[in-house]
Amino acid sequence: MTIGDVLYNLAFYMFVVLTVLSAAVVAFSRNVLHSAFSLLFTFFGVAGLYVFADAQFLAAAQVLIYVGGVLVLILFAIMLTYTSTSPTHPGQASNLSSLSIGAGLLTIVVYFCVLSVFIPIPEGWSRITTDYSGTDVVAISKVLIGKYLLPFEVVSMLLLAALVGAAYLARRKG
Amino acid sequence: MSLFFGRPLEHYLIIAAILFCLGLFTVMTRRNAVGMLMGVELMLNAANINLVAFSKWGAKPVIDGHIFVMFVIILAAAEAAVALAIILSIFRNFGDVDVDSKTLMKE
Repeated sequence: MTIGDVLYNLAFYMFVVLTVLSAAVVAFSRNVLHSAFSLLFTFFGVAGLYVFADAQFLAAAQVLIYVGGVLVLILFAIMLTYTSTSPTHPGQASNLSSLSIGAGLLTIVVYFCVLSVFIPIPEGWSRITTDYSGTDVVAISKVLIGKYLLPFEVVSMLLLAALVGAAYLARRKG
Repeated sequence: MSLFFGRPLEHYLIIAAILFCLGLFTVMTRRNAVGMLMGVELMLNAANINLVAFSKWGAKPVIDGHIFVMFVIILAAAEAAVALAIILSIFRNFGDVDVDSKTLMKE
């Protein structure tokens, strides 16, 4: 167990905690807007977990599509369908102490990320940055245009159908 | 290397199970329709984590799990778009998106 292994495991468990904690907030929060914002952190945490499983392309796709597409759509829908009788609770000053604790933890995390740059890279980390021969993206591209060409084309038609359907369903009548 | 204490697959499966249960709980208990959609997205992400974990640490390392995940992400995005369009229609017709009060088709 070198220092590199310890840091690798620590970083992984931090992403695990981020993902599971945010998912718990999504499930148990009474305000749906709080749930949407912690869903953002869940998606980022899952993208981090993908990186630890050598799925870097999926991590990038996850962030782009889920955070940049689905979550923005969900936030729009929440704002557009908000009524005064929706279950919310106004912000109180009593949660200031928990907010400050959270800010302090975030500061520690940011310091850790910054200081980790100065730790010498041990043996096991080098394969992530220097070996590009068999990366994720190359393998995915070979298979997507080869073996999985038919689902690829079918799903593009499905996206067109979903686009037209969503635009039709959400139109303003009259 | 003693990464993940030698058991990476189990770590990912447990995380995916927790996420799936939280998503299921969200769908079952939320009254807001958009909140239920967020639970569905959580469940889909949990399935994706499982697929990625087995793609790397399964019987043999293949790339097909990643392709499956890509298609699941695509379908989740399309489904979210259509579901939210329907939710907007419901809001225009009923004035709110509380799913418990939409009992028009019940006799």
